[in-house]
Amino acid sequence: MLKDEDRIFTNLYNDFDPGIESAQRRGDWKNTKDIISKGKEWIINEVKLSELRGRGGAGFPTGLKWSFAPKEVTSRPHYLVINADESEPGTCKDRDILRNEPQKLIEGCLLASYAINAHKCYIYIRGEYLKEGKELQKAINEAYEKKLIGNNACDSGWDLDIYIHYGAGAYICGEETALLESIEGNKGQPRLKPPFPALIGLYGCPTIINNVETIAVVPTILRRGGKWFASLGRPKNTGSKIYCISGNVNNPCNVEEEMGIPLKDLIDKHAGGVIGGWDNLKAVIPGGSSMPLIPKQICETIKMDFDECVENKTGLGTAGIVVINKDQDIIKCMARIARFYKHESCGQCTPCREGSGWMWRMLERMAKGEASRDEVEMLMDVTKQIEGHTICAFGEGSAWPVQGLLRHFKKEVEKRNNFNPLVERNKKVPYLVDQHLLEK
Amino acid sequence: MSIKKISKDQPEKFEFNKSNFDEANKIIKNYPEGKQQSAVMALLYLAQKQNDNWIPLVAMKYIAKFLSIPYIKVYEVATFYSMYNLSPVGKYFIQVCTTTPCMIRGAYDIVKVCKKKISEKEKELSKDKTCSWMEVECLGACINAPMMQINEDYYEDLDEKKTANIIDQIYKGEKPKPGSYRGRKNSEPENNRKTLLNIKNA
Repeated sequence: MLKDEDRIFTNLYNDFDPGIESAQRRGDWKNTKDIISKGKEWIINEVKLSELRGRGGAGFPTGLKWSFAPKEVTSRPHYLVINADESEPGTCKDRDILRNEPQKLIEGCLLASYAINAHKCYIYIRGEYLKEGKELQKAINEAYEKKLIGNNACDSGWDLDIYIHYGAGAYICGEETALLESIEGNKGQPRLKPPFPALIGLYGCPTIINNVETIAVVPTILRRGGKWFASLGRPKNTGSKIYCISGNVNNPCNVEEEMGIPLKDLIDKHAGGVIGGWDNLKAVIPGGSSMPLIPKQICETIKMDFDECVENKTGLGTAGIVVINKDQDIIKCMARIARFYKHESCGQCTPCREGSGWMWRMLERMAKGEASRDEVEMLMDVTKQIEGHTICAFGEGSAWPVQGLLRHFKKEVEKRNNFNPLVERNKKVPYLVDQHLLEK
Repeated sequence: MSIKKISKDQPEKFEFNKSNFDEANKIIKNYPEGKQQSAVMALLYLAQKQNDNWIPLVAMKYIAKFLSIPYIKVYEVATFYSMYNLSPVGKYFIQVCTTTPCMIRGAYDIVKVCKKKISEKEKELSKDKTCSWMEVECLGACINAPMMQINEDYYEDLDEKKTANIIDQIYKGEKPKPGSYRGRKNSEPENNRKTLLNIKNA
């Protein structure tokens, strides 16, 4: 278990006050000026040294991302955008940072903005987090009053303005280019990449987009050194991470733990165990709803970090762990996730817009046992048609959970849906052709 | 994509009141010059708040003029995002999260209570016209599932009985206390805390 003194978010549970005085007592804004005076190169190098990977789901190395920003500012200003559009089912870590540790985020904004040459920072908060947004605005105002941000922030000679932009209930706006579209006042539909936002982003200017948690850990990394952060976890999967454990556990909670902590430890130690005991465990979604689920036998041994999750054909994602026990109908659970994706598809790419609806309707019928035997294969085929055929990663996000279900619980699905199709089809003809038209 | 119904009864006039007008001008200043379109989302919120929690078409036209952008730009934003109500909702607008993490902890029990106490169908006003409810997708409070949102506030760690109590309170005109209904603090593990104890007790 991670030692308390190595935990970054000491006010995760709001034991103290989120206000600025209390935050400063806990160590925020200490020596910020000295850190800035060490220069941009040093900051980016230190973040690279820490091997910090983005906490928003994709796990892209943060230092590397920052180094993509042009070194010289031309006529186009640079922007820093913070992604606080936390809508992944199973994830609610950013909410706690926004309401309990806002100063860590704001300080991180200053340091990151300095490193990438930005004078303006937008924080995109999902519209439902109105209260958290108000807390953050309060914190921003306090920081302005203390001259920690604004003109000549922290007496360092750097100017920074931070603005909050509220979303309005679109999951897709968590995708970085959709988020930029949304800030520009358009529908949140992802852009084609390349060009990548680091070169052409918000208003056509170089933009770096980071998750709340990524930015909030930066000040502590710079203060304690990249080496310290890299000493936690294992190489390429370093540091600590806030895990959200929800679903059928006795004590659902957020907890900051070392990268690579065994999943079983997280569930048993921190979340009070599975309801009905470990043997009652059916499956776990380890990284927010868009990651494939894993069955009990993998849960026994898996360690929660980026690479080990990939080895087990799933992903760490946002580390939103949803525990599903045997009292639940796993097909129904996945059907509900498919409905989520059908509802949230932005409608831009046909495979995702249409396919997410197909998957949902098929799964609903499968949950009721109304689907025929060969539809199970067909469902797998549909997921493969979506995956990789869309502009953004939403296609994968909607297809993977269904693939996970079919990978590990196919027998169960087939058992429930075990009858011959109404129209016997010729196996050689693709199913998209209306089979009854081929009958002679 | 969500399907949006635009109300058949539309008011004829809409303009921002004084405080919202000033607020709107302040919001536009948050964005670079010439990029006033960015403010459209915030302005739609203002309009929604001013007009009893829903946005009529005249308000969209007004905002388009206000920002000097085409009407269609406002219309497409208002119809794309799910938090803009384009037809009247109750003064107390209840949104129940039913996505999987909430579902497996009993979100449909809450839906049952809403059906019984408010209206059989979602998005329909209750008998006294003060409340309406709907099922929504993940509200980002999965640790505190099941939960619902009433206007701006989150009500967490609910069950059937507690939800019924909250709705009764609303009908009486009282404001129920937001937050966890099992008495825990934010998202800490109940009675099972193993972390940050030294720092807390120091």
